[in-house]
Order: sequence, then structure tokens, then C-alpha cells
Amino acid sequence: MNTTPVIRTRALTKTYLMGSTQVHALRGIDLTVSPGEFVAIMGASGSGKSTFMNILGCLDQPTSGSYELDGESTAGLDRDALADIRNRKLGFVFQGFNLLARTSALDNVELPLLYARSGRRRAARELALAALARVGLADRAHHHPNELSGGQQQRVAIARALVTEPTLLLADEPTGNLDSRTGMEVLALFQELNRQGITIVLVTHEHDIARYTRRVVELRDGRIIGDDPVSQPGDAAADLASPAFLPQAV
Amino acid sequence: MRTLVLVKVALQSIRKNTLRTALTMLGIIIGVGAVIVMVAVGLGAKQRINEKIQNLGTNMIVLTPGATAPGGVSQGAGSFNRLTVADAEVLRREATLLTAVSPVIFAGANIQGGTGNWRTAVNGVSLDFPVIRDWRVASGAFFDAGDLRAARKVAVLGATVARSLFGDQDPVGQEVQIRNVPFRIIGVLAEKGQTATGADQDDVVLAPYTTVQTRLAGRQFIPQILAATASPADIPAAMEEIRAIMRQQHRLASWEDDDFTVRNQADLAAAAEGTTEVMTMLLAAIASISLLVGGIGIMNIMLVSVTERTREIGIRLAVGAHGSDIMVQFLVESTVMAALGGLVGVGVGYAGAALLGHATGWDTVVSPPTVALALAFSAGVGIFFGFYPARKAANLNPIEALRYE
Ligand SMILES: Nc1ncnc2c1ncn2[C@@H]1O[C@H](COP(=O)(O)OP(=O)(O)OP(=O)(O)O)[C@@H](O)[C@H]1O
Ligand SMILES: [Mg+2]
Repeated sequence: MNTTPVIRTRALTKTYLMGSTQVHALRGIDLTVSPGEFVAIMGASGSGKSTFMNILGCLDQPTSGSYELDGESTAGLDRDALADIRNRKLGFVFQGFNLLARTSALDNVELPLLYARSGRRRAARELALAALARVGLADRAHHHPNELSGGQQQRVAIARALVTEPTLLLADEPTGNLDSRTGMEVLALFQELNRQGITIVLVTHEHDIARYTRRVVELRDGRIIGDDPVSQPGDAAADLASPAFLPQAV
Repeated sequence: MRTLVLVKVALQSIRKNTLRTALTMLGIIIGVGAVIVMVAVGLGAKQRINEKIQNLGTNMIVLTPGATAPGGVSQGAGSFNRLTVADAEVLRREATLLTAVSPVIFAGANIQGGTGNWRTAVNGVSLDFPVIRDWRVASGAFFDAGDLRAARKVAVLGATVARSLFGDQDPVGQEVQIRNVPFRIIGVLAEKGQTATGADQDDVVLAPYTTVQTRLAGRQFIPQILAATASPADIPAAMEEIRAIMRQQHRLASWEDDDFTVRNQADLAAAAEGTTEVMTMLLAAIASISLLVGGIGIMNIMLVSVTERTREIGIRLAVGAHGSDIMVQFLVESTVMAALGGLVGVGVGYAGAALLGHATGWDTVVSPPTVALALAFSAGVGIFFGFYPARKAANLNPIEALRYE
């Protein structure tokens, strides 16, 4: 089995300059995530979760410290090199879905393949359809985002994240804009994908969501203050079927 | 391959925003249309002037008194009058390449006769004049050598004068008073139409120059000598011959400049063409300003579009687009919009030129090179004015772009 950590950060810091004052968003983060893990990052507002995710997602560079993604150092890479890493190794799921409006679900899912530098573009259409099928939306391929429910939109976004078969799936509050039932559906999808071997890092405020992951990392003021495995992860698919989530019980 | 995908993305985006695209294109459409119509008007005018000048006779040479400044502009021609009837006679006798020579003496005069009064130009000319100007007599006859020698009071009327004084009646044989001197009408000239500058050539009375000199002008000097050659090919040599004879006739020393000016129709055409060229350029320049304004419109809309689509750009960057990919996408968008606008503008230009020609009676000539130039220019405008917004889009920070509301 491949034992190269998917994520390996050492003494990672991020300092923002606001005029003359420095904001220490991250103050030295050491974190290692192995392949196949499902990690929740928790913490109060302003604790540095999004900042950390941006660096993990190669959207931003740390002020100091090192970050290796899948064994590759990201130090000193320029914009285009980071873009290529995002394209090849990372999938993003955002709180606000971030789908292209007036563009079909299929075209949205295909988007990362358009920018792929390898030959994957050739089969883009089929790959996008397969990814949509994987999130259960094969029959909605030609719908536009405004014709889909919030949960469906988020599943299109997940399909878009999956289409390049990334090493790591990053999700910043993916259920934040969804009601509890659709949120649970999205979680069930994440659990299913994780069972298939995909490494997932998810940011959340809620313990109710974190308990469906397998490891919880807690941040406060830019430091890790807790890192514990979830002793008995919930099963979102099973809980969806329980009376509390049946439509008539609402 | 990659650019092909980006072009596709850009085209999709153009299609998804039909109204915005149409509004952006409007400026370019008007600009290109205006350029094409304006140049068409200019070229039409030029063509018409050329036709008129050809109509004067291509074998004609014009000799006027006074020196010519470098550049072909006659300097105070006529102010120092040094042409005489003797000059014309010498030319006629000695020049081997000239088939016809006629002095022309101008005299304005009031003419009475027939049904009333008419003010016109009386030109004193010789027997060669109809040959030089290629001008037939429609009714009656031109005066003959006897009339000329004896300075008889005979007149040949231009078509306009004949019509004004006698209506449909044939005036040949009738009498008119020119400055109260009775003249017998012996002929009426064929209709010739307007000159390049719009003057009515038929508003004239021709009489023997001897008669005009003694009865009307009373001058020893003459303002113009007209001559003609057998063929246009003889013109350059004939002009040299005239110069040589005239210098001798005027006893000019070798260091002295000519005190006369020899021109042919080509010179006149060139001068007129120069004028219309300047006019065409001016019109095109004014129209180009509207094209420029159209370009600024594109930049404006593209800037708004970049702001409006910040999130889209963020999404594209997040999933792996390079800055250059975004740049190309936006550049293709602006260029395609401008080029499409240019294409529609060409159609509008053609229609506009035809319509304007129809409404005003002007000649309009749409030239393919102008169309090609306007198209290329509009595409260039798209690239030029799309560049800044495209670069702005390409340089967006993906995190901030994603967070943009
Ligand atoms: N671009 C920035 N410029 C300056 N300061 C920033 C910037 N982004 C984040 N910060 C600061 O860094 C700290 C961490 O912010 P971050 O967005 O990572 O928090 P978070 O844990 O994601 O919070 P939330 O749960 O509200 O999303 C905060 O104090 C924030 O104000
Ligand atoms: Mg956050």
C-alpha cells in the first residue's frame, strides 16, 4: 500500500499584513494526513481554518514552514505551477457551490478537464458523465444550476472535484448552505467516496457533522489544540433512513 | 488544441450574453459603417471629378500667363498678363505636335434678345476651339475664317443661354444685344453638362476673339491659350515644344523662369484628385473616431464583464486555469465581438452608402480595400481595448475572486 502522506505540513505559518499590524492566521501547524483518511478541521470563527485550507489547496502559499502534497514540495512554486497542481491533484468543494451559472451540469463538471495539460481532455465528455453518475446525477447532466436544488448543486460540485481523480478532496463547510437533510446526503456521499479510497479534508463548525468523519483536528488561534480519531463514526446513509430524517417526521 | 478549447469557451460566453454582446458590438458596427460610408462618398466624388475632367478632352493643353510655383500651384496667374494673340499665332504656326490652338478671351456680359435678359460669359475663341474642346454645333454653324478676320458680330450660343432666351425656339438667324452691340446668332452648341466643380459649361456664348477684343474686352493680352494634340501620347512632348517656343517668343534668358504655365488634363486631374483625397481622408478620420469610441465601449463593457464574472474567473483559476488561459479567453471574447461588429458594420456600410447615394444623388463607391481595412482595424480595436480588461482578469487572486460576491 502507498504510504506517502497525502498532506505533510511542518511549522506552517501564515501572517497577513493589515496596514502596519500583522495578523497571525496560522502559527506553526504540523499535520500529516495519510491516504484514505477522512479528516474534519474544526475551530471557532477566525481560528485559521480557511487560511489553512487555502494553503492545502495550493491557492495560497505559507509565510514560512513547509507543505508537501503527495510527496511533492510546494515551496517556491509560481502561479501556473500551483494551478497545475490544483488541476492534477486537488478537488475543491465550496460552501457556496461555486458553479458556473448558465452552464449545464455536464459542462461544469467538464471544466477542470478543459484546463488539464495532459491528454485527459480527449475523453472529457465521458469522464464528466461518469463523475455525474458517481454522485447520482446522470439524469441531470443538461440541467443548469438554477434548475437544481442546493443539494444537487453541491453534488455537481463534488462531481467536478472528482472528475480529475484527485489525490485529495478539500471541502470548506460543504454543508453550510444546506438544510440538515441534504447536508446529510452530501455527507453520505463523502463517506461513500472515502470508502472507495479518496482522501478527504473537510472544514466544519458543527460536531454533528464532524462525527461522520474519522479524525477531528481542532484549531484555535492558528494552532492545533486537538487531534483525535473519531471513536465511533456515524453512518450518514443509515441515519438518513432513520425516523428523524424521514420526510413525514419533519 | 488548447487555444481551440479557449476559443470555444469564449464563444460560449458570447452566446450566453446576447444582449451585452449586441450592445458592445453596436459601437463597432456604427464605427465601421461610418468609415465605409464616408470613404464611399469620398471615392464617389473622386470618381465623378475624374469623369468630368476626362470629359473636357484628354488631348487638351492649357497655357496661362504667370509662373508656376514648385508643387504645381499657379502663382498669381493672370495678374501679370503676358500672353497675346501673337503667341497663339506663333504656336499655331511653329508647333509641329499641336493640331489646334485657340486663344480664349473672357468677357462677362448682359445679353438681350428673344424673351429677355441673360447674364453670361462671352468667350472669344478661334476656329480651332470646337476641335480642342471636342464640342459640336447642334444647330446652325460655327463662325468661319472670314468672320474671324473681319471681326464680325456673330455669336454661337451655349445650350443654356439659347434655352433661357429663346425657349424651345431655334435662335439661329435671330439677333441678340451683347452689351448693347447687336450680334447675329449663327449657331447653337451641343449640350455639354457640368464641369468637375459643378459649373454649367453650357452657360456661355462663343464669338470670334477678334470681335470680343474690339467690342467687349478691349485688351491686348489674353488670359488663356488652349491647344490640342493628335493623341494623348503626344502631350508631354507637345508641352515641351510649347515651352520652348514660348520662351523664345517671350525672349527669356536661360536663367529666367518661365513667365507662363503649361498644364494638361492629367495635371488638373491630379490637383482635383488631391483635393478629394484630402476630403476622403478627413471623412475617414472623423469616422475612425467613432470606431475608436466603439473600442472604448468594448473596453468599458469588458471591464464591467470582468468584475461581474470575478467568481467565474476564480472558479476557473481554482480548477487549474493559468492566468494566460483567462487572458486568452477574454481577448478572444473582445476580438470576436469587435470582428463580428465589424462584419455587421460592413453590411451597414454597404447599405448606408447605397441609401445615401439614392437619397442625395451622390455617387458612392465602396472599395474592397477599405472594407478589408475596416475589418482588420475593428479586430485590432478588439485586441487593443480588450487587452487591459483581459490582463486584469488574468491577474486576479483566485482566493479573493472566489470570495467575491
Ligand atoms: N486576506 C486576509 N487578510 C488579512 N487577514 C486575513 C485574511 N484572511 C484571513 N485573515 C485573518 O486570518 C484569521 C483566520 O481567518 P480564516 O478565514 O482562516 O478563519 P476561519 O477559521 O476560516 O473562520 P470562519 O469559521 O469564520 O470561516 C482571521 O483573523 C482573519 O481575519
Ligand atoms: Mg472560513
